[in-house]
Amino acid sequence: MKYARLIFANLLRKKTRLALTIGSFAAALFLFALLGVVGNTFSLANGVVSAHRLVITNRTSIINLLPLSYRDQILRVPGVQSITHNNWFGGVYQDPKNFFPQFVIDPQNQRRVYPELIVPKAQWQTFLNDRMGAVVGAATARRFGWKLGDRIPLTTTLYGLAGKVWDFNLDGIYHGTQPQDDQTQFWIQWAYYKESVPPQLQGQVGWYVLRIRNPDDAPRIARAVDRMFINSPNETRTETESAFAAGWVKQFANIKLLILSIGSVVFFTLLLVTGNTMATSVRERTAELAILKAIGFSDRAVLGFILAESLLIALAGCIGLVFAGVLIPALGQPLAGLLPALVVTPAVLGYGVLAAVAVGFASALLPALSARRLRVVDALRRV
Amino acid sequence: MISVNGNQANSLIQVRGLDKTYRRGNEDIHVLQGLNLDVDQGDFVAFMGPSGSGKTTLLNLLGGLDLPTRGSVTVAGDEITHMSRRRLTQWRARHVGFIFQMYNLIPVLTALQNVELPLLLTRLSRAERRRHVETALAIVGLSDRMQHFPRQLSGGQEQRVAIARAIVADPTFLLCDEPTGDLDRKSADEVMDLLQRLVNEHRKTVLMVTHDPLVARIAKLTLHLEKGVLVEAGARQDAAAGAVS
Repeated sequence: MKYARLIFANLLRKKTRLALTIGSFAAALFLFALLGVVGNTFSLANGVVSAHRLVITNRTSIINLLPLSYRDQILRVPGVQSITHNNWFGGVYQDPKNFFPQFVIDPQNQRRVYPELIVPKAQWQTFLNDRMGAVVGAATARRFGWKLGDRIPLTTTLYGLAGKVWDFNLDGIYHGTQPQDDQTQFWIQWAYYKESVPPQLQGQVGWYVLRIRNPDDAPRIARAVDRMFINSPNETRTETESAFAAGWVKQFANIKLLILSIGSVVFFTLLLVTGNTMATSVRERTAELAILKAIGFSDRAVLGFILAESLLIALAGCIGLVFAGVLIPALGQPLAGLLPALVVTPAVLGYGVLAAVAVGFASALLPALSARRLRVVDALRRV
Repeated sequence: MISVNGNQANSLIQVRGLDKTYRRGNEDIHVLQGLNLDVDQGDFVAFMGPSGSGKTTLLNLLGGLDLPTRGSVTVAGDEITHMSRRRLTQWRARHVGFIFQMYNLIPVLTALQNVELPLLLTRLSRAERRRHVETALAIVGLSDRMQHFPRQLSGGQEQRVAIARAIVADPTFLLCDEPTGDLDRKSADEVMDLLQRLVNEHRKTVLMVTHDPLVARIAKLTLHLEKGVLVEAGARQDAAAGAVS
C-alpha cells in the first residue's frame, strides 16, 4: 500500500491520455458485454430454454402445421409428462411497429409445460372462463400500459382473416421466475381462435411443446415421436428446446462466428492501444525508472509498478460494464418478442472483468519487462 | 585519509586494481586501468578530468550501478563487485545516496514524496518516514517547500531536494555527478555549501565528479583521471578536517 501513492501519481500524470485509454477500455468492455449478452440470447444459454422441454414442428417447415390429433398419441410416449400446443397468431396492435409475440395456447396444459411463467391463480381462473381472454407478459403490459380488464384489439393477416379485428380481454399478467424469462408473450385461447379460423385450420396446430420427466430421455423420446409419424403426410421434427431455438436464430446469421470475429478485433485493437500507451508511458519515464532503481527499488518492483498501472486502467475501464448493465436491457426493448430479454448476467460481467485484467496484463507485459531489464547506467546515459 | 596508492588497510571505501573496458565495434576502450583508491568516512573527494576520461564510469562502479571488467570495490567491508544484481540493489538502498546533475526528481511527486522514496524501501512507519523526511528537508533548508512539486521549485531548490533524498536514509556515502552542472553560480555555491556542511557537521562521505575547478576546490582533495588512472591534483591542507595525503 505504501507504493500506492507513487503508482497513482504516475497514473495521473497525463490525465487526457489516461481518460482516453480508460475510455477505450470502457467502450471495448461495453461491446464485450453486448456481444456476450447477444451471444447468450441467441444461443439461449441464459436459461430461457429448459432441458425438460422438447419442441415438435412439421418436418417440412415450421410454417407447415401439424394435426391436433397427434397430441394424444404423443402423450402416450413413455417419459412425456405433459404436452401443449401453440399457434403463431401474428397479430398487430395499432401499428406493425408495436411488435410482440402472440401465441394461441392450449390453456389446460400451457402452465404444466412452462411452470416458470407464473400467473396468479385468480387471474388464470378468469382467463380459463373467458373465451376472449388473454394473458400477457409483464414486460408487454408495462410497455403499453395495459391493466387487467383492458380490451386489446388485434388484427392479423394470417389464416385468411385479413381485416378482422380480434378483441381480447386482458385477464392475467404473467411474470417469469428468472430475469431472463421472456415476459413479452401474449397468450390467447385456443377455443376462440378455433371458432374463428376456416374449417380446414381448426384441427391444425403450429407446434407442440412437451415437458419430459428426465432430460436424459430426450433423444429417445424425440426418436419415438418422429418414428410414430414417419411416412405420414405430416412428418415431425422433434428436438430439444435449445436446438429449436438455435435453429430459429440461425435465420439471422452465423451469430457465433460474427461475435467471435468482432470480439477478437475489438480486443486485439484494445491490446494495441493500451500496449502503445504503456510503452509510451515507460519510454517517457526512462530516467525516472532508472532513478528508482538507482536508489534501491528492485527490478521486480519497477515491473510491478508498470503492471499495476495498466491493471488499474483496465479495472477503471470496467465502468463500461456498469454502463452495459444499465443500457443493454434498454437497448433490447425494440427486440422484445423477437428474442428473449437481453440480460447482462453476472457471468458476462465476470468474464468482462477477466478480459479487462487479461488485456491490461498482456498490454503492459512488454513495456514492464523492458522497464525491468532497464540498466540504470544505460538509461541515465540516454537522457 | 584519501589515497590513490592502494595501501590503506581499513578505509571505508577501498578500490583495488579497477579496470573498465567498453567494446565499441571491434575496438576495446580501456576507460579505467588498474585504478586504486581509498576513502575514509567524512572525506570529500572531487574527481576531475576531460570528457570521456571515465569520471562517471568510476562513480557508477563505486555506486554499484555498473560492474568492473576487473578489480574490486569494497565499501564498509562489503565487496560489491561480485554481488548479484538483486543484492546490489539492496546494498545501494542501504549505503549509497545519489545526486545527479539533472536532479532527476519524480515530477508528479511533491518534494516531501520525492524525499520519502528511499524510505519506502525500509520498514519505517508512515509517521517515522514523515519525521525523517522533515529532518532531511530541514537540513537542506526547504522545510517550507515540502508540498511543492519540482516544477514549482528553482533549479537550486530542486537539487537541494535531490540532496535531501540522497541523505534521508542516512547512507554510508554520497555520490555526486556534476551536482552544480546545471545551476547558476549562486545556486551552485548554495549546493556546495550544503555538501560541505554534510561533510563537516554530519560526517558524510562525499565523492563528486565535476568540471568546475571552483567547485572542486571545496573538496578536501581533487583527483584527476588521466589515461584511466587517478592522479592527485593537489592536496589542500585543511586544519579543521585534518591531514590529506
